[in-house]
Amino acid sequence: MSTARAWREYPRRYRYEAATCKKCGKVFFPARLICDACGHREFEVKPMARTGTILAHTVIRVPPAPFKDQAPYAMAVVEMDAGPRLTCQVVDLQEGQLKVGQKVRLEFRKVFQEGPAGPIQYGYKAVPV
Amino acid sequence: MRDVAIIGVGMNKKWGELWEVSLRDLFVEAALNAIENAGVDHIDSMYVGCMSSGLFTGQEHVGAMMADYLGQCPVPATRVESACASGGAAVRAGFMEIASGMSDIVLVGGVEKMTDVDGDEATYALATAADQEWEAFNGVTFPGLYAMMAVAHMHRYGTTVQQLASVAVKNHLNGSKNPRSQFPMKITVDTVLNSVMVADPLHILDCSPITDGAAAIILCPADRAKALCKNGAPVKIIGSGQASDTIAFHSRADLTTIESTAKAAAKAYAMAGKKPEEMQVVEVHDCFTIAEIMVTEALGLVEKGKGGPAVESGETAIDGRIPVNPSGGLKSKGHPVGATGVAQMVEVVEQLRGESGDRQVKGARLGMTQNMGGTGASSLVHILEVM
Amino acid sequence: MTVGIVGYGACLPRHRIKVEEIAKVWGADAPSFKKGLELREKSVPAPDQDVITLAVEAARNALARAPMVDPQDIGAIYIGSESHPYAVKPSGTVLAEAIGATPNCHVADFEFACKAGSEGMFVAHGLVKAGLIKYGMGIGADTSQGAPGDALEYSAAAGAAAFIFGDKDVIATIDHTHSFMTDTPDFWRREYMHYPRHAGRFTGEPAYFKHTIGATKALLEKSGMKPSDFQYAVFHQPNGKFPMRAGKMLGFTREQIETGWLVPTLGNTYSGASPLGLTAVLDVAKPGDKIFMCSYGSGSGSDAFIYTVTERIKKVQDLAPKTRWMLDENQIYLEYGEYAKFRHKILKAE
Repeated sequence: MSTARAWREYPRRYRYEAATCKKCGKVFFPARLICDACGHREFEVKPMARTGTILAHTVIRVPPAPFKDQAPYAMAVVEMDAGPRLTCQVVDLQEGQLKVGQKVRLEFRKVFQEGPAGPIQYGYKAVPV
Repeated sequence: MRDVAIIGVGMNKKWGELWEVSLRDLFVEAALNAIENAGVDHIDSMYVGCMSSGLFTGQEHVGAMMADYLGQCPVPATRVESACASGGAAVRAGFMEIASGMSDIVLVGGVEKMTDVDGDEATYALATAADQEWEAFNGVTFPGLYAMMAVAHMHRYGTTVQQLASVAVKNHLNGSKNPRSQFPMKITVDTVLNSVMVADPLHILDCSPITDGAAAIILCPADRAKALCKNGAPVKIIGSGQASDTIAFHSRADLTTIESTAKAAAKAYAMAGKKPEEMQVVEVHDCFTIAEIMVTEALGLVEKGKGGPAVESGETAIDGRIPVNPSGGLKSKGHPVGATGVAQMVEVVEQLRGESGDRQVKGARLGMTQNMGGTGASSLVHILEVM
Repeated sequence: MTVGIVGYGACLPRHRIKVEEIAKVWGADAPSFKKGLELREKSVPAPDQDVITLAVEAARNALARAPMVDPQDIGAIYIGSESHPYAVKPSGTVLAEAIGATPNCHVADFEFACKAGSEGMFVAHGLVKAGLIKYGMGIGADTSQGAPGDALEYSAAAGAAAFIFGDKDVIATIDHTHSFMTDTPDFWRREYMHYPRHAGRFTGEPAYFKHTIGATKALLEKSGMKPSDFQYAVFHQPNGKFPMRAGKMLGFTREQIETGWLVPTLGNTYSGASPLGLTAVLDVAKPGDKIFMCSYGSGSGSDAFIYTVTERIKKVQDLAPKTRWMLDENQIYLEYGEYAKFRHKILKAE
């Protein structure tokens, strides 16, 4: 993946910056140019609180190429307390924690790296609280 | 708008892991079969539904390439892409070209050559139908996304893994009667539940396979259909609907509903002046068993939340209340991504013509196809009636 | 001006492996390793944790304890480690981006075996003291490796500790510092080599003890203080024995050292070692407490610090997870196979 493409998303991946529509208040992660609820074009951008709840989950056992060594790994759809939903890995799981309704917090983790010589891609993963 | 009819259908001989057949030969074989079935002596234009020839074979510009290898240059030829709904979207594009009066004979074909890359690369290519930055980047796969859909559906409606497996069992039973099927063997619920887990709770047998294949249909204005059509009855497309939804599964308003299918179906029913209960045979996009369950609900064929019990009790069997996927579906027949939407049309046309042999739905005159892309970010629904 | 710690935070991985698990695989005698090293188990970073990820979470905890600090006012960020993820590309820039401190900030990565963390602390606080920056951060973080079957494999562990320095709202003042170093070849790693090498028993008296004692004695003399003036003492802890023996040689008691002595169940977190010990002390310290800290890095050198805890400490201790809690709670134990996979010790195909 081009490093530029990853770098462009650092404010979202590293700081969880979300955008709130100044007209109707809908919160977007990632930020958008136009609100899909009311069509407004101005937003307030600021980092989201890191906590959320699992709405759906799975364990990936047949991974895509960049994640070959990581399988099996858990993933979830997380609804952030701030509003938006996201899809990410769930790590540091104890027995019984991968369930609908589990409270989680985003942590800064390595997402994948491109071989021994390529760049390391960092991002967010959910950890049960 | 003019009415549109299908006067010819064709597929390549068999779907599967076809080492000896190339991307272009797959398409051309299916297209030639459709042209021969229609009995037309020329075409005005063509559409090629294909999701990812670039990632699978390094080839783009397949509209032109297929026109070339079909011997049809200089007709206009356009590749249509809407992930796994590429075929259905190609059908709609061809439909609109006829309906608008722009052309009189249009070939719509779909093709995918998936087996030239290894498993990881195929998984990666398929994941391009998801949100690259916010789903795939974090490691999710298609089975993973549908697995999460299943978890949400099971949590809200009590859908069981046995009900999921019943979809695969039914479709393999149907597919065992389909000479073109990639996997025509019959299976049981236990076979499914004991097969290796791909993304909890989906087992490998809950998932449609990686397949090479192609399908094609010939469209013309309905008022010329009887005159042009040389083999079998012409079939009118009486309804066409399409809808989009958020690219990321996590952004959907309701994780347990495939809203784009519901919206596309509403448009198709309205155009056709028909209701769900009037449908007699339906081909749906069972990329994963849970998908068939949720789609039958979105199409209004069963009550919301009741898709699981419906398949488990045989309501959607070939001899059931509403036969779903008599072809064997994506599960048994195979899922060469870009071809699927077109192959669904082929199956329904053959059903409405009474040509489906052992898997014939008796007396079917009105049928429907539903094709979707990704986790339901795009859906195409077509309603067909024999003329 | 009075400069000191304004916020502090730690991050420890949740995975652990016991000495018995490692000894079993290499046919070694676990009880004698446990007794000889005074060490029972160590932390293991997950495959998705590295110096950068641990440092970011430690820094976030430090900021949680310093809510008045706007990351845009942090003028310097120094991560010290001997396992920076890149040989060329700073770890500090990623952390700066993650906490929102860019772009007006000085970043440099530090290395000096196990004392790279305390070096970052020394320089960051120095820039604040010089009036050049408003706040500075020094972080010690490591995910160091021990060669399979080597003695270091029992102790090489992972963790991070982050400190924000400023001249207002301090929770502990930095009263005196001293650095003591010589060129001593006790432990090294050549470029492109995966694991470090060490000089066996030479790592003891001429290396660890000489510099720890040298720095400590010099600082005590410079400050006019004696061991009994301190409530707490934190020394570098490559194993359980060395810091206790050094402390005893210098006149500190076991009780003074115990609170900051994490190694028996954490292992040696290299550049994180004495900084993490300091965070554990700050978690329970009371206003007026005096803390002595002395790091050690092979090669060799020691950085020594004297801190005095202020009234403000009480306001911040509970604002982020405590080090002892992270160490003792919520652990996930590994077998050797998983451990080897996590630590990339398994040779895979190209």
